[in-house]
Amino acid sequence: MMTLLLILLPLLGALSLFVMKGDAIKKAAFATALIPFVLAIGAWVNFDAAQIGQYALNQAWIPSLGISFSVDMDGLSLLLVLLTTFLTPLIILSTFDRNYKNPLAFYALILVMEMALIGVFVARDAFLFYIFWELALIPIYFISLLWGGENARPITFKFFLYTLAGSLLMLFAIIYLYLQTPTHSFAIDAFYNLELPAETQTWIFWMLFIAFAIKIPVFPFHTWQPATYRENSTSGTMLLAGIMLKMGLFGLIRWLLPVVPQGCIDSANTVVILATIGIVYASAIAIVQKDFKKLLAYSSIAHVGLITAGIFSFTDNGLRGASLQMLSHGVNVVGLFFVADIFLHRTKTLEMKELGGIRSKAPWFATLFMIILLGSVALPLTNGFVGEFLLLIGVFEFSDVIAAVCGLTVILGAVYMLMAYQKTMLGETSAATNNFTDLTFNEKAVLVPIAIVVILTGVYPKPLFELIEPSVQHILSFINI
Amino acid sequence: MKLALLIPVLPLIGFIINGLFGKNLSKSSSGLIGSGTILGAFICTAVVFVQFINAGSVATEVTAFDWLVIGDTTLSFSFYVDQLSLIMMSLVTGVGFLIHVYSIGYMHDDENFSRFFAYLNLFIFFMLLLVMADNFLVLFTGWEGVGFCSYLLIGFWYKTPAYNDAAKKAFIMNRIGDLGFILGLFVMFSEFGSLQYTEVFANAAQYSESNPAILAITILLFIGACGKSAQLPLFTWLPDAMAGPTPVSALIHAATMVTAGIYLIVRSHVLFDLAPETMWIIASVGALTALVAATIAAVQNDIKKVLAYSTVSQLGLIFIALGVGAYQSAMFHLLTHAFFKALLFLGAGSVIHAMSGEQDMRKMGGLKKILPITHITFIIGCLAISGIPFFSGFFSKDEMLAHVYNDSICLWVIASATSALTAFYMFRLYFLTFSNGFRGSEQQKHHLHESPSSMTTPLIILAVLAAFGGGLGLPMELIGIEHAHFLENFLPDLEDANFELSHQSEIFLMMGAVALAVGAWLLAKKIYKEKQTLPSDNVTGIQKLFVGKYFLDEVYEKIIIRPFQLLGNALYIFMEERLIDPIVNAFGTLAVAKGNFVKQLQQGNTGFYIFGIVTGVVVILIANYLIWFR
Repeated sequence: MMTLLLILLPLLGALSLFVMKGDAIKKAAFATALIPFVLAIGAWVNFDAAQIGQYALNQAWIPSLGISFSVDMDGLSLLLVLLTTFLTPLIILSTFDRNYKNPLAFYALILVMEMALIGVFVARDAFLFYIFWELALIPIYFISLLWGGENARPITFKFFLYTLAGSLLMLFAIIYLYLQTPTHSFAIDAFYNLELPAETQTWIFWMLFIAFAIKIPVFPFHTWQPATYRENSTSGTMLLAGIMLKMGLFGLIRWLLPVVPQGCIDSANTVVILATIGIVYASAIAIVQKDFKKLLAYSSIAHVGLITAGIFSFTDNGLRGASLQMLSHGVNVVGLFFVADIFLHRTKTLEMKELGGIRSKAPWFATLFMIILLGSVALPLTNGFVGEFLLLIGVFEFSDVIAAVCGLTVILGAVYMLMAYQKTMLGETSAATNNFTDLTFNEKAVLVPIAIVVILTGVYPKPLFELIEPSVQHILSFINI
Repeated sequence: MKLALLIPVLPLIGFIINGLFGKNLSKSSSGLIGSGTILGAFICTAVVFVQFINAGSVATEVTAFDWLVIGDTTLSFSFYVDQLSLIMMSLVTGVGFLIHVYSIGYMHDDENFSRFFAYLNLFIFFMLLLVMADNFLVLFTGWEGVGFCSYLLIGFWYKTPAYNDAAKKAFIMNRIGDLGFILGLFVMFSEFGSLQYTEVFANAAQYSESNPAILAITILLFIGACGKSAQLPLFTWLPDAMAGPTPVSALIHAATMVTAGIYLIVRSHVLFDLAPETMWIIASVGALTALVAATIAAVQNDIKKVLAYSTVSQLGLIFIALGVGAYQSAMFHLLTHAFFKALLFLGAGSVIHAMSGEQDMRKMGGLKKILPITHITFIIGCLAISGIPFFSGFFSKDEMLAHVYNDSICLWVIASATSALTAFYMFRLYFLTFSNGFRGSEQQKHHLHESPSSMTTPLIILAVLAAFGGGLGLPMELIGIEHAHFLENFLPDLEDANFELSHQSEIFLMMGAVALAVGAWLLAKKIYKEKQTLPSDNVTGIQKLFVGKYFLDEVYEKIIIRPFQLLGNALYIFMEERLIDPIVNAFGTLAVAKGNFVKQLQQGNTGFYIFGIVTGVVVILIANYLIWFR
């Protein structure tokens, strides 16, 4: 019931907006987005890892086709639901000092998006998973198109086609897998129990992997991403980078590893090498970026590359690191894109060389930006360190040489983030930043919780470890046969 | 022993108060909170020290909370109280406290006074984590943390781009070392299944000498040490780090943080003992760094730069000692160096304070009479670092040199040459700064004054430590009194097992070293006091190499930084924009070439389209179902 409520509440919230007018809309959107968060916290507090199917709801839907409305939250799902429900209100709050045209549609779409994302993370039926997966594309498509920048149209179109291509591959794979199940069922357990020949596993693997890889994105399937992030409205970018790309990473863990374990093992080398290339490639490009938002976009590719490599190490450390880093990356990237939004809103530019000296004008902003940056460069006692350290150990257990290359992110991440901080925040003020004002109350209300999470998860991640451990072991039980 | 938990917490509280409420605090309360918390930590350390001795000197673990789950083990955030960590804790909180007090005077006119104290407190917090850790990951936390504080403090005056560059450079060069460190931890973990000191060292004892895994771990940890302790090839950040306020140079870039690499090796000496090849590398790197940095120090004209290169060089000497297995002598010199180098930096700060910010020694001179306390304490520092009997540096350096001689004559020659150079450049600095007439502007002359007591008191205390710190390790056995060497008794595990030099040779070496030091002193006196030579900007021959700092920065720029930027640009333009993306677009064009599909999408019918897909899927499935089960 809890799980169903978590899916339905954002939708109800979206519907309730239609009776609102003016400023009340955004406030109502924020308030309704808070409810699922409170609920998710409650689910976390009451979560009992030993109890399998604690939040399960299994309702026959189209029995003739073996489709059921089957949802549940294990630790991993709950972690991502927490991420989604924590970030959505913040994303809404981040728009409070901005004026988006047609607010009703805008906030309703964000809430529908939240519903679809939660659906993806809790679905235990491949068909349902696919429906939510596609459903998530609709609101983000409109948000990108209607509230994006001047070049939004062609860029959004490309993004749309690209992900759609991936979805089709996934659809074929799912249908094929469905046909292989003895009872013709879309249920996740039926998929998990399939024992396909190695050859079949390999091509199924690639169909599903490419679908997820596009979403993440993994090198070389990433070229839609920088432009889409750059041209999107801040809320759109936050939704994409903060939560939506986790759909892909989650897909790898939930719908790929246990379903075609042999295919995964056979292709692991290729995937890890691609991911590693992506880390160095994206970091090298991030270093030469002049636009802050594009720098963040490439840095995000580097970060998710490491998460992908960690997942394909098939180790407990790699999977723990991946889970925790999904959370940390989501939180940090939303914070950093909000920083970009603050630059843009105040100075009308994202060119880093036109900024500078902001620290002396805006101490609150400078401090909070620095804390989130530290999370992003994985300083110990911040959230980024926990995930990155475990991911690197996982990759090291897979291959020491590759871990050494992935480890370059330790250096390169510091290079481009500190460079960006120096160019934008330090030095003397420029013409663009002369009148830079410090954070407003609403802006603080977004960045302060993020900064707190950055430090809290870095200092005391134990509850999160406890939350995900059974899921990690469960996934690994399929791969280490 | 639970009191040990409070030791790092106190500076953290200071950081939080000054960091969050500093703007509303008066300067005196900011300074009081900043220094008071460190004094509190020092007192707690003293109490724990006494408790530790009374409890029979048994190493104790104190756990704060569980931190990370790695593999099958849970790593906790916990501390290790033993002889070594107690010595380091005393050093960090003791010298740290003096430098905090000094900063009250030094930073008095700075508008960001409370922020300065917040950063200093945070630094002490991380430094205490580093030395108190009971596992390598907490050590690494402190390690990274002090690097970050160093970044904040070097770039404290963040409006000057050069300072920001120096701060960034320090952080990044440290991170290069840290990658080595972190990979070393991975090898360690995969080998021993733990990062806990006690478990790692107990397991390591079962390994044979030169085991590849042990070699890998020690070399990787040493790379980390090279970054933090500014050894070749990663030392170039330290001289640039002098951009920070002078108390920062004294605290972080002389007395505490830069000794972290030495601490790391001493702490894990069980591993290093099993890796003679690594030890050889450490000694060689140390020797090369010591000599290179000393030659650069001898031609610098900026008072702080001399001290910075001197620090690099002295750390190099300590690394030679580590490389020959003389851990305890290395710790001895680490301590005395902390005393006299902190003293020298703070003295230089007092000079710079008096000179209204001037750091070029060619514009100083004759400060002897105007800054009497600074002068007296400074000369004690010079005597100590030069190894003049019976100041602290004399005892610690000669002990190291004896151990080096015992191991390798070649290393000993380099170390002795470095020591002679040390005496030369220190007295060069002294004579240029304090002797003869004043060479600065009238305005500077008018402003000259001795520093306030908040600055001179720490100088006096440090001068006493620099003068008498040798008491920690008096070579009493040379005059027939055994077991009177404090550190030897206190750190029995760290003794150099291979040391077999006779007392006569030791005394002979000592006399040679003193002769060299005095000779260098007299040479400096002749050139810079009697002939009143001023270093000129036109240098010739090999001096060009020294003044150019061996052109390391230029080399790094050309072989690493530029090529990497080129790579980034090349990837961006050729791979990203001209190869991958066009391929993707070509696929896209192909796919949408037919029909007016595109038009429909662009008219905003996408939603229906996707629902179309979904419905389509259902239809296909139903059809399939019908065919299948008919």
